[in-house]
Amino acid sequence: MRLSAGLRRFVGGWTILVLLFLYIPLVFVVLNSFNSSRTFAFPPSGLTLSWWKAAAHNSAAWHALGATAIVGVCAASLALVLGTCAAFALQRYPVWGKQPISLLITMPITLPGIVTGIAMNTTFHSVLGWNLTLFTVIIAHTTFCIVVVFNNVQARLRRTGTNLQEASSDLGATAFQTFRWVTFPQLRGALLAGGLLAFALSFDEIVVTEFTAGSTRTLPLWIFDNLFRPNQAPVINVVAAVLTVIAVVPVWIAQRYGDDEA
Amino acid sequence: MASPTTRPANGSVTLRGIRKTFASTVAVDTVNLEIADGEFFAMLGPSGSGKTTVLRMIAGFEQPTEGTVLLGGVDVTTVPPHRRDVTTVFQDYALFPHMTLRENVEYGLRTRGVTRGERRRRADEALAMVRLDHMAARKPAQLSGGQRQRVALARSLAVRPKVLLLDEPLGALDLKLREEMQVELKAIQRDVGITFVFVTHDQDEALTLSDRLAVFNNGRVEQVGPARSVYEEPANRFVAGFVGTSNILSDAIAQQVVGRSGTWAVRPEKIAVLGDSPAPARATVREATVTEVVYAGASTRVLADVGPVTLTLTSLNTGGVRDVQRGDRIRLAWTDDALHQLTDADPTDRRDTPTEEITA
Repeated sequence: MRLSAGLRRFVGGWTILVLLFLYIPLVFVVLNSFNSSRTFAFPPSGLTLSWWKAAAHNSAAWHALGATAIVGVCAASLALVLGTCAAFALQRYPVWGKQPISLLITMPITLPGIVTGIAMNTTFHSVLGWNLTLFTVIIAHTTFCIVVVFNNVQARLRRTGTNLQEASSDLGATAFQTFRWVTFPQLRGALLAGGLLAFALSFDEIVVTEFTAGSTRTLPLWIFDNLFRPNQAPVINVVAAVLTVIAVVPVWIAQRYGDDEA
Repeated sequence: MASPTTRPANGSVTLRGIRKTFASTVAVDTVNLEIADGEFFAMLGPSGSGKTTVLRMIAGFEQPTEGTVLLGGVDVTTVPPHRRDVTTVFQDYALFPHMTLRENVEYGLRTRGVTRGERRRRADEALAMVRLDHMAARKPAQLSGGQRQRVALARSLAVRPKVLLLDEPLGALDLKLREEMQVELKAIQRDVGITFVFVTHDQDEALTLSDRLAVFNNGRVEQVGPARSVYEEPANRFVAGFVGTSNILSDAIAQQVVGRSGTWAVRPEKIAVLGDSPAPARATVREATVTEVVYAGASTRVLADVGPVTLTLTSLNTGGVRDVQRGDRIRLAWTDDALHQLTDADPTDRRDTPTEEITA
């Protein structure tokens, strides 16, 4: 489609405006992590690295980061295995009740977090009598992480069809060889993208986590706890700045390797 | 063809009483076929006639509901595809997109545990056979349709199967490329000497490529034989109409036009337009009015009304033939040899027949 020069300039300007609107607040976060004023007076009267030093020595923050990473990796891994199995079962095998099962698998991502949180809390704490720990957080996160893996893998399976699997077995490959040499390489991108997205979902989850974590603190919970404590506020800006930078990495990986059309 | 007492050679394919039903539809209905070792065999039919299902049963992707499949005289009916000495060139080629051409061609050797060096040597040899050895490091996405087709062929042949199956092998190529590949396929088949079984809906392709062909319709085999005999002596109305074009005259019309009872087929190219020359001996001559003239480059197709029916006739544009115009009165002539009697007379029995139906 050809756009007139004026329209093109307008669209270009609008795009820049939207991008600025999205990212300028993040710039403030990063900037404030160097702001020497404790109240974040703007513009900054001076720059300092002291908040970064304080953050580096904040053991609670490190601890929370560790917990978050463990939850993210475990939930994403579980989701990868379960979501892939579910996608294969529903896409490649005759299963009774495909539609309702598919709906039930994808539902957790649309359920309000507060509902999932209450439901999980009731189940773990009141019904099963478990202590709320990292383990319960992992299970809770897995329920919605499965969805993104399931959707990604199912879409890929639908798009690739079964022709290559047939060609592979036609050329003498056993079921295992076919999976290893044909099916898995084809799914690699979808698994990578699904896994990273699942990790990202888990990483910043607050609501469900709050209901299932007990006294354990993940990073988002820790930030939330300390946000309104004046002493901690500068350190939170540092943590947020670090997370912003870290968040770019998985997105970049997913875009770079997510689509493996040769 | 092997007689029941001699053991068939290695690359023979035998289908005995094959039936295949999907839910309530019958895809293949009692097919018996005997394909000899080293034969170039075509399964020709319209879409939905069961030919592809039969091919898939030979490959092992489908299991017949009834009947047996024998390869080289051995019953393989329940043997899975990866343990059959048969490979397939798929209609969409099904090349592995994440592998280079060489890796694609090596694949069947890899599954068989052939060592790396040997694998590479044989893959390069197979690629050289289809003249793509200079592109061995490319990925399928970088190739044209014709090149992909040749890679698929090399990949299937690299494992030296006893039987090669081809599913509409030239279907996705444009006309020029099809004609080139037809010649190439024929040469390759002669070179490697193994059995080729291919499926096509294109009667030209079946006639040009195959030693013998089977014409499929509604899940059954209507006729099996060498190209020439299927074309010259079609067994029934369906074959006469599907393989080439036929003027089919039945009952009352046959009586009036050729003076015989029964159903008769006349090929359009066997009807001559007489100029002022006298009719040849033992020929039927009919007066006709030209209703349509279709110029098609190498040949011209003329529709001529002889009274009870309109006949289609074709003549090569070799020059020296008088031009006919719409509305011209002409004399048509054909010899008795041009008439071929068909056994099935009931047209309602055969649906989806692309015959030029002749109605009174």
